[in-house]
This record gives sequence, C-alpha cells and structure tokens, in this order.
Amino acid sequence: MISEFAVEMRDVVKRFITPEGNEMAAVDHVTMKIKNGEFFSMLGSSGCGKTTSLRMIAGFEWPTEGEVFIEGKPMGHTPPFQRKVNTVFQSYALFQHMTIYQNVAFGLEMEGAKEEEIKKRVGRALDMVQLTGMDRRKPKQLSGGQQQRVALARALVKTPDVLLLDEPLGALDLKLRKEMQLELKALQQQLGITFIYVTHDQEEALTMSDRIAVMSKGKVQQMGSPVEVYERPANKFVADFIGESNFLEGKIRTISKDEATVFIPGLNAELTGMPVSDGLVKGEEVYVSIRPEKVRITEKNAINQNIFHAKVTNTVYIGADTHIYVEAHGVKLKVLEQNRISRLDPKSFYSVGQEVWLMLMPENTLLLKKD
Amino acid sequence: MNPFRRSPFVIAAAIFVYTFLYAPIIILILYSFNASRTNVTFEGFIPAFSDRIEMDGSLVKASPCGPFHWYCDLANNDDVAEAAGNTLTIAFTATIIATIIGTMAALALQRYNFKMKPFSQLSLYIPIVIPEIVMGIGILTLFSQFFGWANEAFSLQGDARLSLGIVTVTVSHIAFMVPFVTLVVQARLQGFDKSFEEAAMDLGANEWTTFRRVTFPMILPGVLSGALLAFTLSLDDFVITFFTNGPGSTTLPIYVYGLLRRIITPQVNALSTVWILVVFTAVLLLQILQSRDSKQHS
Ligand SMILES: Nc1ncnc2c1ncn2[C@@H]1O[C@H](COP(=O)(O)OP(=O)(O)OP(=O)(O)O)[C@@H](O)[C@H]1O
Ligand SMILES: [Mg+2]
Repeated sequence: MISEFAVEMRDVVKRFITPEGNEMAAVDHVTMKIKNGEFFSMLGSSGCGKTTSLRMIAGFEWPTEGEVFIEGKPMGHTPPFQRKVNTVFQSYALFQHMTIYQNVAFGLEMEGAKEEEIKKRVGRALDMVQLTGMDRRKPKQLSGGQQQRVALARALVKTPDVLLLDEPLGALDLKLRKEMQLELKALQQQLGITFIYVTHDQEEALTMSDRIAVMSKGKVQQMGSPVEVYERPANKFVADFIGESNFLEGKIRTISKDEATVFIPGLNAELTGMPVSDGLVKGEEVYVSIRPEKVRITEKNAINQNIFHAKVTNTVYIGADTHIYVEAHGVKLKVLEQNRISRLDPKSFYSVGQEVWLMLMPENTLLLKKD
Repeated sequence: MNPFRRSPFVIAAAIFVYTFLYAPIIILILYSFNASRTNVTFEGFIPAFSDRIEMDGSLVKASPCGPFHWYCDLANNDDVAEAAGNTLTIAFTATIIATIIGTMAALALQRYNFKMKPFSQLSLYIPIVIPEIVMGIGILTLFSQFFGWANEAFSLQGDARLSLGIVTVTVSHIAFMVPFVTLVVQARLQGFDKSFEEAAMDLGANEWTTFRRVTFPMILPGVLSGALLAFTLSLDDFVITFFTNGPGSTTLPIYVYGLLRRIITPQVNALSTVWILVVFTAVLLLQILQSRDSKQHS
C-alpha cells in the first residue's frame, strides 16, 4: 500500500560531535509529514539544520534518534543507492570527467537500463530542461544556469518519487534565479513529483511552495502554507524571519473569547479589538506584531481608535515602495507605502520631521507570546 | 615584461645554473662517442665504419657502428641487459604495488578520522627526511636478522634459504615509494568534494561502482603523477638498492658503480646517455600530466 505521505520524519534527532568535542543537535526532534505531489520547502537561516534534514532523507546521514519514512517504509540504515529519492546538490556535483550525456545517463546505467532506452530517456530529460544538443559538452563548458539544469535532468531522468533540492539556485544571479523558480515550479506541477526544497530565501519559499517548514536551531517553528506563515506567524521568530514586522511590547489589560485590549507602555495608549490566539491570559506580556505594509499612515486623524501621533525620522525610496521610518513617543516603527503616483522628488510625499498619524487596524495585527 | 630580464645578476645566475646543471650531462654524452677507450680526454669521434673493429693502441679507428661504437658494445653486453631487466622489473613491480598502497592510504587519511591519524600523517615524512643510507642500513639489518632467524627456525637448506635478491630490493623500494605516492595523491585530493561520491550513490551506484566510475577517474591524474614519481625514484635508486641487493639482482646504478671501480670505458657513458633519455622521457611525461591536471583544476 502506498502511503499518503511521500516522506515522513518522525521525531528525528541528529547529533554531531563538534570539533571542540561537544555534542550539538543539528536537528532537534523534527517531525514533518510531506504529502505526495507536494512542493515542500524547508526555510531557515544558516546552520538551522536544513541540509542535515535533507541528507537524512537522502541517506547520507542516519538519524541519531527517530526515523525517516519514505513511501511509508522506515528507512533505517538503507544506503542512498537503495532509496527512491534523488538529490540536486547545491554545488551540482556534476561529474567533470563525463560529458553531459554521460552525466545524465549515469543513473539509468545504474538501473541496468538498455542502451536504447537510456538514449531515449536522456534525450527527453535534456529536452525538458532545454539543453537539447548540449549532450557532448563537458560540465565546465556550460554556464552556471545550464549546469544547474543538467543537475536537475540527471536527477529527474530517474523518475524518482521524491526530488530533494538543496539550495539549487543559490549560485545563480537574481534574474536567472527568478526565472528558474517559476520553471521549477511549473516542472513540479507538470511531473507531479514531490519536491523537498531547501532554501534560506524566504521570498523563494513563498513563491514556490505548497507548504513551508520554518526552521530555527534544529527545530521546526511553524509549518503551513505561504499565506499561513506570512499572515499568521506562530511566534515572533517566524514573524521576524518571514518578511518584516514591527513589534510593540504590551500587556493584556482585558481579554475575551474574541478580542483583547492591550496596553502599550511605549505609546502610553491602549490598542482595542486585538485578535486573540490560544493560551493568552489577562496580564500577560505580549508583542503586538504588525507588518510595515499594513500600518496605515495618514496626515489627518480620521478615527479615534488605535491611532497614534508620530513623527517621520527617515524615508528611503526604493523604486516600487518608499520605506518610512517613524517614531511615536520613542517607539520606532517602519511603514511601507507603495509609490502609486509618479513623482520626481521621492521625498515629496512624506518628509523627515513631518507629523503623521498611524493607524493599527485590529485585523492587521497579531498578538504573539513573549517567550 | 619582466624588468629584471637584462639585469647582470640574473644573467650571471642563469649561466651559473645552466653550466653546473647541464655541462656535466653534455660532456657525459659527448664522451660516449669518444674514440679513446681509456676515456680520459676526448680524442674525437670514431671516424669510420668497417666490418670489424680496428684499434690503434687505445684508440678505435673504425667499427661496424661507426661513431656509435660504444652503444653497440653496450647492446652486446649481457650483464647490462640483465641489470636493465632487473631495474625495470623492480621499478614496475614496486611502482604498481606502492601506487595501490599509497592511494589507499591517501584516501583513508582524507575521509576517516581515527586516533592515530596525526601520527600516520607524520610518519609519511619520516622515510623522506631520514638519510637514505640510514634507511638502507636499517632495512639490511631487518632483512638479515629476519632471514637468519627464519633460516634457523625452519632449518632451510640450499636454494630454499632466504637471502637478499630481487624480492628484497623490490620490497625496500615499495617502502620508500609509498610516502611519495601518498603525498602526491593527497595533494590531489585536497579539493576533492565528497558530494561527487554522494551524487553517484544518490543515482544508484554502490560503493565499489562509485569508486570505479567517479572517485578513481577523478583522482587518476594525481595517482599517475605519484606513480611516475615513484617509478623514476626507483630507476635512480642506488643507496637502498646497494644494501638490499644480492646475487642476480644487480640494477643499473649498482652495475655502473661496479664498472667505475674497474676501468671506465665510454661504454659507461653510452649506458648513462641511454638512461638519461629514459628518465628524461618519464619526467617529461609527468610534467605534461601535471600541467594538464592543473589546467583542469583552474
Ligand atoms: N558532519 C558534521 N559534523 C559536525 N557538525 C555538523 C556536521 N554537519 C553539520 N553540522 C552542524 O550542524 C548544524 C546544521 O548544519 P546544516 O548544514 O544542516 O545547516 P543548514 O541549515 O543547511 O545551513 P546553510 O543554510 O548554511 O546551508 C551546523 O551548526 C553545522 O555546523
Ligand atoms: Mg545547507
């Protein structure tokens, strides 16, 4: 019976002995269930254990504790060459002494496929990644982007159930990376293969993924769709790591089932109608989190709830948007305004020292536990 | 352009180096065509071809090979043929075995961590830095002790008695070649990324196939450089061979040394010339391999 999950990591721990002789958990009690056909990303900053997790799925490392399942079968110490997953390496790891054809054919040869079939499938794989006619070249004779495609073709030609990708676009320039992101996503949808994608680029993860696991220090902080992790971050780390956020320190004054009132000492004011999440209690210290683009900034005071007087301290014009840094009673916030009107003087709208009003709409804010 | 190109110091240094490096070799080659049998001074080339050798005192007047008289003389010398055969047999056998051992050692030192690793690494340099003569005496002492004990213990008689010969020379050569091969292969492995091997395994190759199809072809230039270096060292070796050879295992350096103690005819020069050509070709090959290797790396 084929499992509902392509890959499952059940309470996996991986400990390394550091060169200093200490033990450290690179992966710390991680549980992930990755569905068939899903584009799943592991997102986190450097050293959070993404690569280690991926390597345990591929079979290059074995878990210290816990178990990795592929298609519902526990993997134990199964070597990489007996797992029906394939990897696209960050460094591509193309065999330099072989031609592109030989590189792509390698995996099929290992399966014992017939010469003719190999020829057909390699041709198809190279067509798929738009490298038709490059088969006689050596990897060194290709550009970075082309090498990346060879690495992809080499893994995909084996028609794996699961494709593991470790920052496959890390070495490409921004424009090519954006193109490849869309291509990869399209390819994944066309082939219906499960992709497990490692990246430290949050925008990349948001663009491509069906689901994202946000990791930090070997632990999964939150797992969810791009919209979920962006709009409903589970904690301050996620809110901070995915996109940007303003955090106001506050204390819950009153709380009901639906909403809370939070006192912000820095502003010496109350925010009312705040959405509540599980486990918050009266008197608890919390962060009020609001994204820069969700702060409303006006020159006139229109309403009288959740609105504060502030002063512009700096503005930065970055093309599509302007970043406006404001200060209200010593509390600093960042506000993002789209530049919807074409103007030559970038500072003509809000200028330094200008008095403004900030609106924090309850539906745009989140209360996050202080931990 | 190099600003020191015409500096008198550079020119003087160049003349000095070339004179002392290459003048002896050129003179050596020149003397291999010497008409004088005693070979003390150069008496001109052998002037004529003839059916048989014609001598005038110690001067060769004519020979079937003309100026190449001493080379023909050399070719008819069975002792030289035997010595050359021994030298090549020893060099080839020792090179193959030392290359296998040295490559395995380099791979092990690169990928595994073990308690004695720093010691193993350091011990590679010991045979290189200790004087060859000390090593030669050491090896000789070891063999004679061991053979004495074994002959006694198993009361071996006659031909069965263990004694110095081609095997002991080969074993000793392997012993001093292994560190050289290991160090050369190690240098090649320095930048070897284990992700190549992981990629091969990921694509379904087991450990042995991975080694055969990916690791070995990638380190092959380094292995070949190590092997060629070892081979030329073996061809050249005098000191260790001197201590470990026995009846019937005379190598070319030992044979030449033996000749020098008797009379020095231009035959020695002819032999040396041929030998220089062989070693020079081997070194040239090594150079070409290495430069191609470094081009691939950059
Ligand atoms: N073989 C190893 N021996 C010891 N420590 C290791 C080993 N491999 C990884 N680590 C440690 O485990 C932690 C997680 O490493 P990992 O490579 O999984 O990070 P990552 O999330 O992929 O980071 P990056 O984005 O920089 O690639 C790091 O602190 C790293 O130093
Ligand atoms: Mg990594």
